[in-house]
Amino acid sequence: MNGAVRTRVSAALFRRPWLRAGLLLSGPAAWFVLIYLAALFLLFLSALWSVDSFSGKIVHSWTLTNFETLFKVPAYRTIALRTIGIAAAVTVTDILLAVPFAFFAARIAPKRLRAVLFVAVLIPLWSSYLVRVFAWRLILAKDGILNWFLGKIGLGSLNIGYSNWAMWIVFSYIWLPFMILPVWAAIERVPDSFLEASADLGARGLRSFRLVLLPLILPGIVAGSIFTFSLTLGDFITPTLVGGAGSTFIGNVVYQEVGIANNVPFAAAFATVPLVIMGFYLLVARRLGAFQAL
Amino acid sequence: MIGASRWSRVAFAVWAALIMLFLFFPIVIIMLYAFNPSNVQSWPLPGLSTRWFSSTWHNAEVRQALWLSLRAGLLATGVAMVLGTMAAFAVDRFRFFGREAVSLVLVLPIALPGIITGMALNSFITFNALTFSLLTIVIGHATFCIVTVYNNVLARLRRTQSSLVEASMDLGADGWQTFRFVTLPMIATALVAGGLLAFALSFDEIVVTTFTAGAQNTLPIWIFAHIRNGQQLPQVNVVVLFVILVSLIPVALAQRLTRDTGVLRSGAGAPAASAAPAVGAGAVP
Repeated sequence: MNGAVRTRVSAALFRRPWLRAGLLLSGPAAWFVLIYLAALFLLFLSALWSVDSFSGKIVHSWTLTNFETLFKVPAYRTIALRTIGIAAAVTVTDILLAVPFAFFAARIAPKRLRAVLFVAVLIPLWSSYLVRVFAWRLILAKDGILNWFLGKIGLGSLNIGYSNWAMWIVFSYIWLPFMILPVWAAIERVPDSFLEASADLGARGLRSFRLVLLPLILPGIVAGSIFTFSLTLGDFITPTLVGGAGSTFIGNVVYQEVGIANNVPFAAAFATVPLVIMGFYLLVARRLGAFQAL
Repeated sequence: MIGASRWSRVAFAVWAALIMLFLFFPIVIIMLYAFNPSNVQSWPLPGLSTRWFSSTWHNAEVRQALWLSLRAGLLATGVAMVLGTMAAFAVDRFRFFGREAVSLVLVLPIALPGIITGMALNSFITFNALTFSLLTIVIGHATFCIVTVYNNVLARLRRTQSSLVEASMDLGADGWQTFRFVTLPMIATALVAGGLLAFALSFDEIVVTTFTAGAQNTLPIWIFAHIRNGQQLPQVNVVVLFVILVSLIPVALAQRLTRDTGVLRSGAGAPAASAAPAVGAGAVP
């Protein structure tokens, strides 16, 4: 392009901000609307379709059979409840683990240590998820390091590999950094003077925590819980690698229906369960101010 | 104030130390297993050796999977860098309908449970009768990588003044020159950091990939399959060590590049990022 034309084009663009905005947005918007949002929509539309049991082809007529199966077959109810129960247990565990740690990191640790801790929380967050699950599979295995250690200190052995206990530990481990970071940020934002005032007025440690600090950091805790809860709800790798016979998750069923049984409509119907739960969860979270704390 | 007494300080410090131990113990253990001379995966290790390294390196399947992962990661990163930067500029420079929703929509692919994103993309692929190929993997990865670039670039743009752009225009530079000589140098490190994080995210990803890869093996899929059927575990351990290192190097580099905005904490792996890119950025030294 020669200089004069180029100048005129940029001048024209400069005078029309809507045109610049439109050009900039067109790429990402097209990608997301055409590929992702359309696909999401299609997915949940397909939950209302069914699969012909003879030909294995998708029948494009509206039906609620998939949802009926979900409600009527007890196994699916058990799986859904198990998934939700473990997701809740993991969330509570991570809150209990993260809050004292975040308090130390945000208020007690000296500046230098804080920087070190920050990087130390990020490293597990960014190292491969699959690899960390695999590590726990080896640790919890019958001849793994846990039983070796228990044997050394004379406590016998503990066979929790391939069980719901293992899933609880591994999920709590994997998502812990997601809880620590928003809670840390929330505790950091509480002004010192609030806690000093509380102490001056005679509140001791626990009371200050319950009446002053906790209400102020609640949005951070809820923000963290969005991730611990949502990520557990939709997982199938951890149940596959460290779960046992009675550890099937919603994700496992979905994965099998898509990959093996080729029943996408039913898989889509089951996938709406975590989606609807997260929808409600996000509504509540927004009321509690968690979105500002993200 | 809570934590003022000496003993409670000590108690908090001990707790923090235990959490650190909890976070790092499995990572250290899994790295040690790569040096396990035996092909039995039990503890204690009978010794340390690098005997599996060369056979892993010469394993054709591993090489193929690595090559696919690298290509998918680089292409997805490229797409994410272009689209993420465009979105970041649009959100920073303009006011338009739906502007508030952009961050939310971009973070959806990693905030929603992985199976949902995976299934959605899977139905997109089957609906359009595409065959599973490198392209379908790249489509999936780019979709969830865009947000990392977007967050990084947006955080940087918010810290730069638009008056610099106006000054450049006043001095006679056209749009392209302004972008090339003023804007791009300002966002360069954030853009590279976002790209590195996108690559790290893509290189590790498994859930969405299982739904978009068909019968192809990326490195994580190869690892997952072999853990499940218990074959070639010594080589799996070596590959795992390699994956940890490869995913951490870009993150370490990205952290150095974005010291000013501290974007990493809200970064990509942490969907937390979305709403406010640099969560409490000032807080961390």
